Amino acid sequence: MDPLNNKRWHDMGGDAAGPLPMEDGRPVEHDFALWEKRVDALMVLMTSKGHFTVDGLRRAIEDMGPQAFESMSYYDRWIAAVNQNMIETGAYTLTELGERMEQVARRGPTYGQASLAGA
Amino acid sequence: MGRRPLPVLDAAPGAAVRVRVLQPPGHIRTPHYLRGKTGVIERRLGPFGNPEQLAYGLPGAPLPLYRVRFTMAEVWGNRAERPDDTLDAEIYGHWLEAP
Amino acid sequence: MAIGWKPPDMPHDHHDHTHPNRADNDMPLTYWQCMEIALRELLVEKGITTQQEIAAQIDAMDARSPADGARVVARAWSDPAFRTRLLQDASAASREMGFDIGALRLIAVENTAQVHNVIVCTLCSCYPRNLLGLSPDWYKSREYRSRVVIEPRRVLAEFGLTLPDTTTIRVHDSTADMRYVVLPARPAGTDDLTEAQLAALVTRDSMIGTALARPPA
Repeated sequence: MDPLNNKRWHDMGGDAAGPLPMEDGRPVEHDFALWEKRVDALMVLMTSKGHFTVDGLRRAIEDMGPQAFESMSYYDRWIAAVNQNMIETGAYTLTELGERMEQVARRGPTYGQASLAGA
Repeated sequence: MGRRPLPVLDAAPGAAVRVRVLQPPGHIRTPHYLRGKTGVIERRLGPFGNPEQLAYGLPGAPLPLYRVRFTMAEVWGNRAERPDDTLDAEIYGHWLEAP
Repeated sequence: MAIGWKPPDMPHDHHDHTHPNRADNDMPLTYWQCMEIALRELLVEKGITTQQEIAAQIDAMDARSPADGARVVARAWSDPAFRTRLLQDASAASREMGFDIGALRLIAVENTAQVHNVIVCTLCSCYPRNLLGLSPDWYKSREYRSRVVIEPRRVLAEFGLTLPDTTTIRVHDSTADMRYVVLPARPAGTDDLTEAQLAALVTRDSMIGTALARPPA
């Protein structure tokens, strides 16, 4: 047994896996929600402005560990990684984020109600 | 504290190269399944910043990036569907060595 | 507030045009959606970005779809000199056609009778998004990322694609800074078609390598 083997969870090439997830007889896909497009936009904007790099995004996702791939959606992981990187730049603090999340959640139980009008 | 330059392979298209066998933690863009495998430089892609530094907010010193072509037989041995099918991947110069 | 993964949307037809936003403003707010709203508001308040800039980026990404890639392919099929330029520098060739692909470093790989190309990113999900739009879920799945580099033919069979015995498969793992798009083989019986008619035969999956271009009607 090689004591130095360190294949990380995200390094998937060649791993054993089952058939492609299917829906309607085709490999699965979904239309993107507004919030997902916003996450995508934030990633593009923050990286193009130089706050962090796509490498940092990937690194943050990898460091979430294999459970993140099971329990979080693709854009869940992305917003978590965007946040991780922006926290590391000092753009805002964890407490600021936590306080704002409380405020957002109090606006209402759905994404639409929690978003500011006109946002 | 000084920093030794990384050993970086400078190779031409057609040259045989072997992917280094290293097992560091962290953000590495050399897939595990290619480490220790020998392929051929398909093309030089030019200098790109080192993702192992960029991922941590450090300036990524440019490194030569290569597209390397492997046969499926080389990568997977007798598990390959067809031995002559190929696999191309982009590998940074500090992960390549002479075979 | 529920934390969890939301299952894929209801079944629907798969087309190659842009879909409108899903109507999930009525869905219960998740932790990560809450984070997205809060983070976005903080970034705007701190002057790091603006709502208009975010909206403009969403629009720019919405405007990108496989139809863009299809037009590039159709041009390559119709114009041998363009095909040569595309294979030499696919970014420049795409820009030449007026597509705003940003900083995308694109390589086009050509399917022939002898060689069939398939694209994957085993390490994450890198994809030529600035030419084709956002990637499909299956491209990002564990199953695709794990298996297509070791058993591409079995994976292609799940897409309904079986290649001749004489065809070699070339899998491209997008591990670094380049992005790949497949230039599918031009279907037989298309000599009389216009570029627009040719583009209609080029599916997104044929530009990833999990399908062939459609035959003419």
